[in-house]
Amino acid sequence: MHVKEKILTILEQDARLTPAQLADMVQMELPELEALLREMEKDGTILGYKTLIDWDKTDREQVTALIEVKITPQKGMGFDEIARQIYSHHQVESVYLMSGGFDLTVIISGRTMRDVARFVSEQLAPMENVLSTGTHFILKKYKEQGVTFNPDDSDDREVMM
Amino acid sequence: MVDYANILSERVQSVKPSGIRKFFDLASTMQDVISLGVGEPDFETPWQVRRAGITSLEKGRTFYTSNWGLQQLRDEIAGLALRRYDLFYDPQDEILVTVGGSEAIDNALRAFISIGDEVLIPEPCFVCYEPLTTMAGGVPVAIPTVAEEGFKLTPERLRAAITPKTKVLILPYPNNPTGAIMNRQELEAIADILRDTNIVVISDEIYCMLTYQGEHVSFAQIDGMQERTIVIDGFSKSYAMTGWRLGWAMGPRELMQPICKIHQFGIMCAPTTAQFAGIEAIRTGDDDIIHMRSQYDIRRRFLVSELRSMGLDCFEPHGAFYVFPSIRSTGLSSEEFCNRLLQEQHVAVIPGNAFGASGEGHVRISYSYSMQHLREACRRMRIFLENL
Repeated sequence: MHVKEKILTILEQDARLTPAQLADMVQMELPELEALLREMEKDGTILGYKTLIDWDKTDREQVTALIEVKITPQKGMGFDEIARQIYSHHQVESVYLMSGGFDLTVIISGRTMRDVARFVSEQLAPMENVLSTGTHFILKKYKEQGVTFNPDDSDDREVMM
Repeated sequence: MVDYANILSERVQSVKPSGIRKFFDLASTMQDVISLGVGEPDFETPWQVRRAGITSLEKGRTFYTSNWGLQQLRDEIAGLALRRYDLFYDPQDEILVTVGGSEAIDNALRAFISIGDEVLIPEPCFVCYEPLTTMAGGVPVAIPTVAEEGFKLTPERLRAAITPKTKVLILPYPNNPTGAIMNRQELEAIADILRDTNIVVISDEIYCMLTYQGEHVSFAQIDGMQERTIVIDGFSKSYAMTGWRLGWAMGPRELMQPICKIHQFGIMCAPTTAQFAGIEAIRTGDDDIIHMRSQYDIRRRFLVSELRSMGLDCFEPHGAFYVFPSIRSTGLSSEEFCNRLLQEQHVAVIPGNAFGASGEGHVRISYSYSMQHLREACRRMRIFLENL
């Protein structure tokens, strides 16, 4: 595996490692590694360092919905431009261009279902290029970005020589 | 009244119970202990392999298999030996499927040892060789290995240990607990000494897929050695299948048939469900091995550099999933070090002398744990060392 890919794989799992620890893990000199990190931050390979949170463990009320959007691209306004108009809303977490029966997947979070419904009916559906929307509320998250929610992380292993 | 002492065989009585059991019993009663003591993967068995075991149960494959193991599984193992080592073993009577590598080691020792025969055991090593030799009526002869020589068996040390009574050499590489490996050249030097003897080799290669510096070389690959070598391998470490209890032994039929005889009367066959899972593991598990190995490798580098930055002298392991740092600079014995680390920072590691006298002055630390777990353990160890 290329060293860049190795670094990214490790960081994707654990972004809290210090550059020194990371350098040891991929066997690089620290200044060299720091330069590589800066380079990847600058060219947008590394977009940010975030924390995975199970909000259900907190008091915060939150619902997330996955919205299937069908659109008709028009002259002078391709998928990218329409997507930009959608993702510019701060409530929108993710937007993906899809193959198959619809065109965009839009993931949004709100405090209540009403918030989400209002966004769809007032912001998304009326857009000129949007043909239809289908909103699916997420009931429970089991796994996200490779991490299991509520994992059973008890270690039953016995000490063996 | 039964006089129990008179019932037990002298051989069994002569085997000392593990001295560190007490230590881990104590650890298990303490709150908030971080253990670095396990000797098995932290990964679960790959899902498709578990699925294969379940499917075999659903299909009612719940009967004994042949003593040698399922034909299909032996064919897969033969294919594996060909692919990995370019070695041919006849699946009919040169490959025996066993209940883990340990059963294979036990059977082989019992097949070879007559009373008083000497068995050469490079130490530090896995704890089973000595008691199994004793219980088979043999005489264990430890060959110490040292960090300065990379914990490898050297031809000089081997030559010095051979006597007319030497019957068996155990070759435990990649090594638990040191993480040492032996490369082709080093194995050839060992082979040169054995060539003119009648010594048979039990090469315990259970960690063969977990090497981090070049591919593992089997001792049977060395010119002329296949005919005198029993290769021990298994699913436990490579495919994270410890609980399935499935391993194998490969060797020349003249040696394997007697080994199978012991297996046939003592065990009959390895668990059928596990054997079906094993077929799937060999067929589809290569990617899983690569994934696990790369995770271990990252942790290995992390741990070695953390330990060195704490001021411990740490031999760089190239195999298995253990590091074996020297703790001599602390002035403590292995057991004192482990006891105090447990009492003061609630971190459990294994004293090196549990793996033979030459392990004194070291501790074994397993990196078969998540990075989060290892980081917390290192944080505590650093505090412990700073306050010594």
